Amino acid sequence: MSPRVEVTDAAADMLRHLATTYGPLMFHQSGGCCDGSSPMCYPVGMFRTGGSDVLLQTLEIEGLDPIEFYMSASQYEYWKYTHLTVDLVDGRGSGFSVEAPEGKRFMIRSRLLTDGELEEYGVEARS
Amino acid sequence: MTVYANPGTDGAVFSYKPRYDHFIGGEYVAPAKGQYFENPTPVTGQNFTEIARGTAEDIDRAVDAGWKAFDAWGKTSVAERAVILNKIADRMEENLELLAVAETWENGKPVRETLNADIPLAIDHFRYFAGAIRAQEGGISELNNDTVAYHFHEPLGVVGQIIPWNFPILMAVWKLAPALAAGNCIVLKPAEQTPASIHVWLDLVKDLLPAGVLNIVNGFGIEAGAPLASHPRIRKIAFTGETTTGRLIMQYASENLIPVTLELGGKSPNVFFADVADEKDSFYDSALEGFTFFALNQGEVCTCPSRALVDASIYDGFVGDALERVKLVKQGNPLDTDTMIGAQASNDQLEKILSYMDIGKQEGAKLLIGGERSDLGGELSGGYYVQPTVFEGDNSMRIFQEEIFGPVLALTKFNGYDEAIEIANDTLYGLGAGVWSRSGTQLYRAGRAIQAGRVWSNTYHQYPAHAAFGGYKQSGIGRENHRMMLDHYQQTKNLLVSYANKAQGFF
Repeated sequence: MSPRVEVTDAAADMLRHLATTYGPLMFHQSGGCCDGSSPMCYPVGMFRTGGSDVLLQTLEIEGLDPIEFYMSASQYEYWKYTHLTVDLVDGRGSGFSVEAPEGKRFMIRSRLLTDGELEEYGVEARS
Repeated sequence: MTVYANPGTDGAVFSYKPRYDHFIGGEYVAPAKGQYFENPTPVTGQNFTEIARGTAEDIDRAVDAGWKAFDAWGKTSVAERAVILNKIADRMEENLELLAVAETWENGKPVRETLNADIPLAIDHFRYFAGAIRAQEGGISELNNDTVAYHFHEPLGVVGQIIPWNFPILMAVWKLAPALAAGNCIVLKPAEQTPASIHVWLDLVKDLLPAGVLNIVNGFGIEAGAPLASHPRIRKIAFTGETTTGRLIMQYASENLIPVTLELGGKSPNVFFADVADEKDSFYDSALEGFTFFALNQGEVCTCPSRALVDASIYDGFVGDALERVKLVKQGNPLDTDTMIGAQASNDQLEKILSYMDIGKQEGAKLLIGGERSDLGGELSGGYYVQPTVFEGDNSMRIFQEEIFGPVLALTKFNGYDEAIEIANDTLYGLGAGVWSRSGTQLYRAGRAIQAGRVWSNTYHQYPAHAAFGGYKQSGIGRENHRMMLDHYQQTKNLLVSYANKAQGFF
């Protein structure tokens, strides 16, 4: 299956750097105020996912353990039509995400899924 | 018109210090690991001070200091605490201009807002809770002739508070004033994007509070926020921010079995019914301002009215007039009192807003005004400025469903009352809402039907201390403001007393 979430080279480099400090990593896509709508990156085990979450993608990045990318199911209902790319920008922190002290911030860039992709993922096209 | 000089330059009403440490146990102390981070102003993008980079060791020390102070502070009379809160308010009022300029330099918001909203509201908040704590009553319930239940309010102990960056001083005060009034000691972590202005406030008032009652540990979420939220010796954690961190805060709180209050944002609908346009009078004018309020604080408000819903029968005329109003929003140097919209608080915030403009266009939303970063020239070129932006589209689009936290309005139309309420409630969040109508009945029905904690009715963006603020649905748990906020910082002690002087007869 083609990936629904990908990472830019800059984001992948940062993940490799962070893994040397924090070990295996995961993402949970946030919503809401302030730093909402940003992907939060945590050491595996720090944030508990559950039945209210959707595993959107397991990211395969060279040199790293697979990185799972989650989003709450309720938020996914509004996001399911978009392909996501985790990028890296200059920034000053966000929630408890581990890249903040580096002066960088993971950020989501989006594009609409094609009809073919929607069909592949079993998502009904919007009316 | 006044243009304040940049802090740190000739003629400035105020200058930041070159460095801010942690404030623990009544004194400034260096961070345990000796590290600092740079703090830029969003006005120009230039660094203006450095901030202690806190870690778990600093949080431990601050919690210890809080508990050391709590025995005495928790037993002070409500009158003593009220006097201190009032003195803090007076000290702030005497230094209003200084605090306003400091806050604008820190956050990028226009100084007309800090002079007329942020700081005056913060001052009034202390005065409100000084009054509320003295007026608070316990309870006596006479259960029968021999048995009485007494209910007392007691402080919780040492509490943790994590502050957002959109109103660095006001949001801190929303949490500080009720907690102090109720007799708690505090460990507060400011946002890493805006850690400095709270120390300017603290410099003004720190002599008024006993050592250890208020402790401020700076730093990043992962390094200082998480150790605070998960600390086994805090009795409550309060957080304003986004949903993923909100869940993490609850996860930590569940491990320690402590209460949480969470304010997690929204996607507030602002509903304009057809009768708004019955006349072009001062009410109509206020509704146009209500539409334009999405630009207040650059849209960096949890209750930003970021979805405008306009009745189809008045849509073209009302939206035309409203866009003319948006065109009048003056963007410029935040330190100029004529400026209406300043800088976004950080570079990552700017980048995120621009990415939402991109996805809005991709999803087919029609750009009506704005849509780009602003380059204001000169030293402001390095700052983070965005044009007030209005997209027309459909409520299912991501720009209608996600909190962009920028001056970006998602506009759509509705046909009649039922559809207005349906669209207004089609959101994961429920923090704020606005309703505009000349009909009292319609105003009341709509206000009750919208699933949000605060429904501004024929007004918007007023934040008086005496009105409860908080969210339905995924917008959070608990309330801020209002006397009821004291409940979030107090235990209830019940003494159940028998005056019968005889056995009950079971054994």
